[in-house]
Amino acid sequence: MSTPTQENPLTLKALTHKPVHLTGGHRMCSGCGAPTIVRQVLMAIDEPVVIANATGCLEVSTCLFPYTAWQVPWMHSAFENAAATASGIETMYRSLRKQGKLKKEMKFIAFGGDGGTYDIGFQALSGAMERGHQLLYICYDNGAYMNTGIQRSSATPFGADTTTQPVGSKIQGKTQRRKDLTRIMAAHNVAYAAQASPHNWKDLMTKVRKALATNGPAYMGVVSPCNRGWRSQTNDSILLSRLAVETCYWPLYEVQDGKWTINYDPKDRKKPITEWLKPQGRFKHLFAPGNEALLARFQELVDQDWESLKKLQEMSKS
Amino acid sequence: MGATTTKIVAVTGNQAVAEALRQLNPDVMPAYPITPSTGIMESFTKFVSDGKVDTETILVESEHSAMSACIGASAAGGRVATATSAQGLALMWEMLHIASGYRLPILMALVNRALSAPLNIHGDHSDGMGMRDCSWIQLFSENAQEAYDNTIMAYRIAEHKDVRLPIAVNMDGFIISHSIESMTFIPDAEVKKFVGDYIAIDPLLDIDHPKSIGALVLPDYYMEHKRAQHEAMLNAKKVISDVSAEFARLFGRTYDLFESYRLEDAEVVLVALNSAAGTIKDEVDRYREKGVKAGLLKPRVFRPFPYEEVGAALKNAKAVCVMDRADSYGGYGPLFMEIASAVQPHRGPVLFNKVYGLGGRDLMPLDVDQLIDETIEVAKTGKAKMIKEYITVRN
Repeated sequence: MSTPTQENPLTLKALTHKPVHLTGGHRMCSGCGAPTIVRQVLMAIDEPVVIANATGCLEVSTCLFPYTAWQVPWMHSAFENAAATASGIETMYRSLRKQGKLKKEMKFIAFGGDGGTYDIGFQALSGAMERGHQLLYICYDNGAYMNTGIQRSSATPFGADTTTQPVGSKIQGKTQRRKDLTRIMAAHNVAYAAQASPHNWKDLMTKVRKALATNGPAYMGVVSPCNRGWRSQTNDSILLSRLAVETCYWPLYEVQDGKWTINYDPKDRKKPITEWLKPQGRFKHLFAPGNEALLARFQELVDQDWESLKKLQEMSKS
Repeated sequence: MGATTTKIVAVTGNQAVAEALRQLNPDVMPAYPITPSTGIMESFTKFVSDGKVDTETILVESEHSAMSACIGASAAGGRVATATSAQGLALMWEMLHIASGYRLPILMALVNRALSAPLNIHGDHSDGMGMRDCSWIQLFSENAQEAYDNTIMAYRIAEHKDVRLPIAVNMDGFIISHSIESMTFIPDAEVKKFVGDYIAIDPLLDIDHPKSIGALVLPDYYMEHKRAQHEAMLNAKKVISDVSAEFARLFGRTYDLFESYRLEDAEVVLVALNSAAGTIKDEVDRYREKGVKAGLLKPRVFRPFPYEEVGAALKNAKAVCVMDRADSYGGYGPLFMEIASAVQPHRGPVLFNKVYGLGGRDLMPLDVDQLIDETIEVAKTGKAKMIKEYITVRN
């Protein structure tokens, strides 16, 4: 099975010999988290892999006719249906294998952004997970509809300035807290659910291997900095993904067989959320005089989620 | 003729189509229940549970996902079928264009039903007409036998290398889908031989030759893709004729792009799709007995529409009443617009348009008689009182 072994260890030395399945020359923005995540995912896999991709930045920027950056079979069909399209591909694979018409074993991965996953693709994702397809759905979560120009999604953090919930004299960005999709996926009792971050490549790649080694559907949410939408520096993507984890805005954890495991617990070194918010222009207004309560509220939301996650880990210990 | 071993059975339209699907044995069938097409899926999933087909079903959570899964499965490299009606088709609409744009020969059994609102589960053609511009081949069927035969022919048409487009086989909801008729099935082995093995073109699962399917195409190439689709649709006309001729030779039932019923010398002609044609044929016979040169033209292929052939068939008529079981509100009925386009190059008959049977309202023999009487009058005067009118409707 595809757990790290002596033959294919997850070491930088070994990984330098892996083929690159998403070539350079694609049109993703410099500093975008998504292609880094995709490369880490594809490098983690030793078996042949087939990709389904929701409409979004990743899709439009990697396959612009007549060019493609994908060196593995890849398919896009629409925005809200990567999980359903992948269901069809994976089912045809099972049907042809059953009939002896296909010999090779393959793995199936669907990629979607947070808009295509948390919002418009939510129903298709829920359906695919419930049906138990052998596929790993990976959401690269940059917290807004970045491809269409930074509109609010249900993954957008509280207080963030977006083009559809802009900061004004009466409203200071997003007024709601974000949807916690990873927990919702865990509530589907999928074979494997996890959160990862590209700054911790080893953790991310180990999770991809674990997900693909399970006997059933798997979901991974990966935080994906977007300097256009986050109003941050292009060279700060990995730093911001690290801070998302160290502030416990984006905890690294996994859920398997009903067991919740936090993969990184900063304990008493948990950083204040302001360290993650400060370098991002989308939160600039939160630091303006008069908005202290909003900043406090943001910290409160992060703390609530973090404490409840720790409880889930505690409760699921056998 | 291989039809000698067939036996006469009594089945509903839904059972007939389910039987055709069992014989076609698609590799994958994604489906979602919706009245009145649900029976097809129920019969078919029983075949699956009894191990009578190789098919893997995907019991999806919506019709949008049904068509999305059809697209993924078809692109992966195998035969795919689904069934739906009305709201289900409407929810698929986005994906219908993508299925044809990717040139995937998916088969859909479309049991025609009225679109909401107001909510109505009965038969009319508003769903089928709503997919007119989706680049799907559209076959219409008068009865269970035709729905069965069209379904048996569907993959041969859709998968032809000059075509490679999805195909929808239409039949009227309830009137056909839920009524028991006597008809004949073709033996399994003969269907298998007629349909042949699936030949995948550039399948996604050919892992050694990776493909990217579904690129973003900007103005520099978009139009070429769409024109190629149009040309494939034009090619489909000949392929449909060829496949139908082969079918007639093997199984003894003849189909063309449209059916001409006592049309040769007809002066007054009715045009209608699907089950209404059965009632109209009876009344045409009655008027013929009275010496009226009445006839019926029943389109079987709505896309690609056979304009030249229909135009030639109608050019000598004096008056033509085009009956629409759907409407384009504020415009003419969708079938009328096609017939008008077909007749336009000729100094042809006077045309007029009647909208009937919406939401499953019955079309009775007396209603047809009134239409024939009016068509006789229009033929005499050379003038239609009203170009478009609803019939059998309260004022």
